[in-house]
Amino acid sequence: MNSIFVLAGLGVFSLLAEIFNIKRFLFPVVILGLIAAAVLLVFDWGHGAAFYSNMLTFDNYAVAFSITLSLIAMLWFLMSKDYFENNTNITDHFALILFSLVGAVFMVSYSNLAMLFLGIEVLSISLYILAGSNFRNIFSNEASFKYFLMGSFATGFLLFGIALVYGVTGSFELQVIASEISAGTGDRTMWLYAGILMLIVGLAFKISAVPFHFWAPDVYEGSPTVVTAFMSTIVKIAAFAGFYRLFSTCFASTSDEWVPVIQVLAILTLLVSNITAVYQHSVKRILAYSSVAHAGYLLISLVALNEISASAILYYVIAYAVASITAFTVLHNVETDEENAIVDSFNGLARRNPYLAFCMGIALLSLAGIPPLAGFFAKYYLFTVAFQSGYIGLVLVAVLTSLIGIYYYFRIIIAMYLKSTEKGMIIQVPARHTLILAICVLLSITFGVFPDLLVGLI
Amino acid sequence: MLTLLLIFWPLLATVVFFAIKPQQAKTWALTAALVELAISSAMILQFDSAGSAQFVVNHSWIKSLGINFYVGVDGISMLLVLLTTVLTPLIILSSFKHQYDNAGSFYGLVLFMEMALIGVFCALDGFLFYIFWEMALIPIYFICLRWGGVNRGPVTLKFFIYTLAGSLIMLVGLIYVYFQTPGTHNFSIEALYAAGQSLPAYEQGIIFWALFVAFAVKMPVFPFHTWQPDTYHTAPSPGTMLLSGIMLKMGIYGVIRWLIPVVPDGVERWGSTALTLSVIGIVYASLLAIIQKDLKRLIAYSSIAHVGLIAAGIFTMNKIGLQGAMIQMVSHGIVIVGLFYVIDIIISRTSTHEIASLGGIRTSAPLFNSVFIIILLGSVALPLTSGFVGEFLLINAVFQYNIVSGAFAALTMIFGAVYMLRSFQVTMLGESSVVTRIFPDLDSQEKWVLYPIVIMVILIGIYPAPLLKISEVAVDNLLTIITNHQARR
Repeated sequence: MNSIFVLAGLGVFSLLAEIFNIKRFLFPVVILGLIAAAVLLVFDWGHGAAFYSNMLTFDNYAVAFSITLSLIAMLWFLMSKDYFENNTNITDHFALILFSLVGAVFMVSYSNLAMLFLGIEVLSISLYILAGSNFRNIFSNEASFKYFLMGSFATGFLLFGIALVYGVTGSFELQVIASEISAGTGDRTMWLYAGILMLIVGLAFKISAVPFHFWAPDVYEGSPTVVTAFMSTIVKIAAFAGFYRLFSTCFASTSDEWVPVIQVLAILTLLVSNITAVYQHSVKRILAYSSVAHAGYLLISLVALNEISASAILYYVIAYAVASITAFTVLHNVETDEENAIVDSFNGLARRNPYLAFCMGIALLSLAGIPPLAGFFAKYYLFTVAFQSGYIGLVLVAVLTSLIGIYYYFRIIIAMYLKSTEKGMIIQVPARHTLILAICVLLSITFGVFPDLLVGLI
Repeated sequence: MLTLLLIFWPLLATVVFFAIKPQQAKTWALTAALVELAISSAMILQFDSAGSAQFVVNHSWIKSLGINFYVGVDGISMLLVLLTTVLTPLIILSSFKHQYDNAGSFYGLVLFMEMALIGVFCALDGFLFYIFWEMALIPIYFICLRWGGVNRGPVTLKFFIYTLAGSLIMLVGLIYVYFQTPGTHNFSIEALYAAGQSLPAYEQGIIFWALFVAFAVKMPVFPFHTWQPDTYHTAPSPGTMLLSGIMLKMGIYGVIRWLIPVVPDGVERWGSTALTLSVIGIVYASLLAIIQKDLKRLIAYSSIAHVGLIAAGIFTMNKIGLQGAMIQMVSHGIVIVGLFYVIDIIISRTSTHEIASLGGIRTSAPLFNSVFIIILLGSVALPLTSGFVGEFLLINAVFQYNIVSGAFAALTMIFGAVYMLRSFQVTMLGESSVVTRIFPDLDSQEKWVLYPIVIMVILIGIYPAPLLKISEVAVDNLLTIITNHQARR
């Protein structure tokens, strides 16, 4: 709980930094603050304390995901510092990111539907601005506008869903809703199902599951790369953790009704995203579709919904986020200010900077799910979860789509190691980026070889 | 302890490449591979050929999922570990003539590959086996991608996707069996054997195909072989040797260790189909080998034919067939590395792959000629060469199983003689062509690779008993598992 104060305090601090002209302290303070938030969260472990008349509950699930979010955010700040240094209004950007992080923490720790809504809005409104933060670029503007329109539309669905669920059960509180539903809702069941469906639509939009994913590639491509990195890690984790928290607690007793819907979404997401990614040229779009695809894998755990699926999700999002941060850091270094990176921009990277190529290789292999990297065990763990609940067909679809995934991830690897380029220049990497890449690669390998570090935590 | 050292020494050795200069990389790689050979020799000295799995290490690894770091060596594993550790230094030595850029990464990948291969042969936990199985794919992919020949991008990607598709299906099969194990589920080999055998025959049939496809792609067995000729052709010579000499043994080993005992009823139901596929592969690949114009492709197709015979021998499920498969795996590994090296020498001296543009090498390089003919005779299974023992046992086993299959399988010897002797005749005899006029004989480094191979080919041919003895008890144990299962039913 205290960590929320720390995060919000950091946001306020970065706003004040502009006024008091202490901008040069801002970056170290933010990094330390994020570490402090993570440490404070550790103290909440095992208490399951509820705050503000049951608005937020920091059970182990919430704590684990909040720590993940804080630490990923720290890596993200290390990665994107130089992008904001070129911009005059660094403090505004930092404040926006920190506030959206607060929203993300709400989304993983809510125990009241109002807080879920609040979290999503706090998160999204900052992001609408951030997506357009490169305001001289028309695509950035387009991304911002598209994201805002589509996001508002989805929020509408979400609110409508919440209202219907409230109408049936008479409460916003997750526990009350759950007990009301399992006690039976009489002839109002139809409205409950309508509400659940609306909630699925709203949340599927946030995690960009097919067929609610159309915004994702455009927004990811148009936004500045660092913002894309934020969206595909922090936002994705928070949205999915929120999704799972709602459906595993509130609606678990009616799972027979909505699991088929999620199952269809999962299969569509897996197939459409992976197949579309094959035809992309822009690396950012490939990563965007890959992020959609990973939402599909995550949905499998929601379909299976058993006692180890939360643990599988935690492992999966960490493996995915670490690999994504690596990939985006490399992308950030490879692309130039004028143009977006296409696959051909990676040609000959192994010669231009072997270290970048190696890290990108590890990240892509992890995303593709090749042992002994974390991405493999993440997929394996999810498959186990699905198997345990008897969804063998879903596992076979996921296996098939992972194979398609190999094709587009490996296009980049082939470009790096096989193709040659006229651009003879060596790419210089800032020391900070070298550090993040080293940390992320080490994490990918360590979690892959010793999955027990994370498995079974929650 | 010795097993851990055996598996992880090559990995530790790769760390050194970060510290040394690229020029020193090859020397260090050879040293590390020789140390590995010394470790496996120490192992074989302590190895008790009458016992079952030895040097067992069993540590808990992923507790909540019942996955252990469970490794050990029995006769079947021992033979393949020995093959790997003997061939790797030879393969490294054979590459000394080539100047690979980024030599550190190249030899690092070779040693990483050795680690994964030994891991596959030692793993006694299904999950661990899968991890090592996949880990062997990464280094060979990058070796082929970075140092391969023309068109390597698409070819290696096809190879990767093909093998990974097989592996993932195998993974699904393994998870399925894993969920049949009692209690909190367990991936240890004993638990998987018990769980797999307890399944009804129909389900065992499905699991059979899930696992078999992975192994069949790796070997490769017809019709899963289409990646193989292109990949062998494109890969750099050391890569081709690793693929053909050791990596395809992973597939055969997989059938022996992880297919037959896990789903004996499945093998009983579908084994004859697999055997028929293997025999078709023998004839098909042999016929294709006859018409090849390219030396490397010719050997690639001959490899499919030989491996087909090994697979057929295994699916007869009798002792002669399994023992024949064991000895033939060793022989095939040694012979094919020798053949690819001979071809590598021809190609690097004449810069042509084409059989037709060669000829008359014998007169200018008599020593090379003798070495080539001995290895070649090993490949066509002339008596008193290593190939004969294995092929004789295998064909014998297939004949006992089914006379028609046996007759077709025996064609491999005739066809083998046809294409091998023809290629020898065209390249070595006759008039020398423009490219072969100046052909220096073997130098000392080449002798160091080829002489051990020649010696092994002859020695195993004359006195195969020690090798057969190493694997005999393990093969008996395997057959006991099957007969016990059949008795229970």
